[in-house]
Amino acid sequence: MPTIADMQLGQKATITECSSDAIPFKLLEMGCLPGNKVQLLQFAPFLDPLYLNIDDAFVAIRRETAALICIEFGPDE
Amino acid sequence: MSKQINVALIGNPNTGKTSVFNALTGLNQKVANYPGITVDKKEGLCKLPRGVKAHILDLPGTYSLNASSLDENIVIELLLNKNNKDYPDVAIIVSDVENLKRNLLVFTQIKDLEIPTILVINMADRMVSNGISLDVDYLEKALNTKIALVSARKNTGIDHLKTLIANYRDLSTEPCLNASEIDKSYFERLQNAFPNQQLYKLWLVITQDVNFGKISRQEMDVAAFKTKSKSDLKRLQQKETVKRYQFINSVLKEGQTIDASKATGLRARLDRITMHKFWGYAIFFVILLSIFQAIYDWSGMPMDYIDASFAQLSEWTKATLPPGVFTDLLADGVIAGVGGVVIFIPQIAFLFLFISILEESGYMSRVVFLMDRIMRRFGLNGKSVIPLISGTACAIPAIMATRNIESWKERLITILVTPFITCSARLPVYLIIISLVIPEGRFLGLSYQALTLMFLYLIGFGMAIISAATLNRILRFRSKSFFVVEMPSFKVPLVKNVFITVFEKTKSFVFEAGKIILAISVIIWVLASNGPGDAFNKADTIIETDHANLSQLEIDQKVAAYKLEHSYIGIIGKTIEPIIRPLGYDWKIGIGLVTSFAAREVFVGTLATIYSVGADSPETLKQKMASEKRENGLPVFTLASGISLLLFYAFAMQCMSTLAVVKRETNSWKWPIIQLIGMTLIAYFISLIAFQIIQ
Repeated sequence: MPTIADMQLGQKATITECSSDAIPFKLLEMGCLPGNKVQLLQFAPFLDPLYLNIDDAFVAIRRETAALICIEFGPDE
Repeated sequence: MSKQINVALIGNPNTGKTSVFNALTGLNQKVANYPGITVDKKEGLCKLPRGVKAHILDLPGTYSLNASSLDENIVIELLLNKNNKDYPDVAIIVSDVENLKRNLLVFTQIKDLEIPTILVINMADRMVSNGISLDVDYLEKALNTKIALVSARKNTGIDHLKTLIANYRDLSTEPCLNASEIDKSYFERLQNAFPNQQLYKLWLVITQDVNFGKISRQEMDVAAFKTKSKSDLKRLQQKETVKRYQFINSVLKEGQTIDASKATGLRARLDRITMHKFWGYAIFFVILLSIFQAIYDWSGMPMDYIDASFAQLSEWTKATLPPGVFTDLLADGVIAGVGGVVIFIPQIAFLFLFISILEESGYMSRVVFLMDRIMRRFGLNGKSVIPLISGTACAIPAIMATRNIESWKERLITILVTPFITCSARLPVYLIIISLVIPEGRFLGLSYQALTLMFLYLIGFGMAIISAATLNRILRFRSKSFFVVEMPSFKVPLVKNVFITVFEKTKSFVFEAGKIILAISVIIWVLASNGPGDAFNKADTIIETDHANLSQLEIDQKVAAYKLEHSYIGIIGKTIEPIIRPLGYDWKIGIGLVTSFAAREVFVGTLATIYSVGADSPETLKQKMASEKRENGLPVFTLASGISLLLFYAFAMQCMSTLAVVKRETNSWKWPIIQLIGMTLIAYFISLIAFQIIQ
């Protein structure tokens, strides 16, 4: 299954699964929850960290965390 | 006494909570520490309509009541303990109109605690430009609360907020959703086990144990109620969060409309530039360079003025008061010592000015983003950039700022290397030595002296990075590394916020550091004005018999120098002289190094006192240092000894307060001792090499 780490610059997707055991709880509280939209806004140099818009929250996370959040590319994209 | 209302300000970071706090209290505020821990406790007073007063507590920013850091834990500790004297009569949740959805999460949790709650929607002036409109009446009803639309920037809505606080008894304490629906049978059992307790409170105590584990449990003991595994509880918490967001989304769907076409895209454009893989770094570098140039150039004039004023004041005291021990103490001990502190106000104020502008504008988070990958290579975290930059003000708040680094290893390394960063206490030492040994002149429009200062900041940073990389290899413990950073929108910093920060920080530097410096100045003066045995007490006769052919003035000078050498402080300096001579220092500098341990800037005050004892002319400290000679007649402060001294101050661990904070933050004496020995050895050998090469 694709994860946020597989996204291209500017691409949009929907979060399908994120386990509370694997990723920081703070990220869930910021809106990283199944069903919410995510867009990749920018990479830092060396493609890490990633700058995302998750459900209208602007958040930066590392690639290793991004690889734990499963997504589904939206039909409109 | 009229009744005081306890008000707690709660909200996510970056919602302008501090602006609301400043708008309510003005300069009527103070910063203290929570007992036992070093988290800043900001409180202030606010006058409400009809003569009622409110005591306002600005709690640390938190995303929710699930604590993941010490700062966030404070909020929960307070809200769970009704007997706490700060327990709020009314809670104000500050939210930002652009991030209402996320900000409401903590709001719904506070409501579940049945505390009267007011919702502040801040930055209301941005609604039009962002195409946001709100149905306030609907939101008030749906959320069971009163709403104040506030713009701390435009200073609107504050009066309405004050009225709402004064009428806090009218607020509803009804929760706005029923979170226990996520697992009905579990919550039923929980309530049955503790029938007298509020259900949500019980749930918080149980889950905080899982998350953080430090909650004080005076009121209830839930240890017996561990029927779920950690992982199950976490899953339940996730369900709770989802549930809350479902509720918030349904409310906002009705009460908020966003016209996306109105969004300007300014944020995206600024982000693209400030986080560009080349321009991002270039901008950051230029900003740092301008800060140092500004600190150097703009503060020169007021500093010269202060320096001259204190020299005059000291002279005036001597001329006006009757001669005697008290006058000498006042003129040479107290006034010289105070002057040594006051002179750095311009520079420290400028430094805090720039740091607070970078923080307020939202730029600092971009730097965190840009630097994370690079910092990680050295065992640090992008968030280490904030401690490292605040370290340029003072290592103590910087070390406390490491608390939001979630990984213990990355946090420990940041704590250990932060003291290498040039703090404002080193600045006084640097400035006076640079002005003595570095020639004037300009290179590409930048003065040599400013470039030297910049270089000193850079080697401090460089040493921090090298040590971090070394520690990263040596320290062998596994710890999960997390990195979640919110990127706030760009804002023009609020003049009022910046002003209050600069004022409060400068004030605390002057008074906190000033107290120590003043005390030490007096002690040094006493130690320098007294000595054991005949060598000190009969100095006049010894000199007069040895140099009978000299003029009275020359004899006086010789007596003074002889006395200082044989005073108590002279003996201390002489004792350590053999160790520091290879670095190019004499025993007077040695005294300065010893007293620096209280705080580095004491060095300047110490020299001011030492050189004042026995000097008659009202020279400034700089003139005195420049004319100071070794026994062989060469000046004490040359390029070689000056640079050696600069390097020593750059690397040595000389601050007791920092060591105390490191002890507290790492909960062991092991790390501060390692820091002290390691840094001082590095400093000694680098200064030794530098002096021997340049000499």
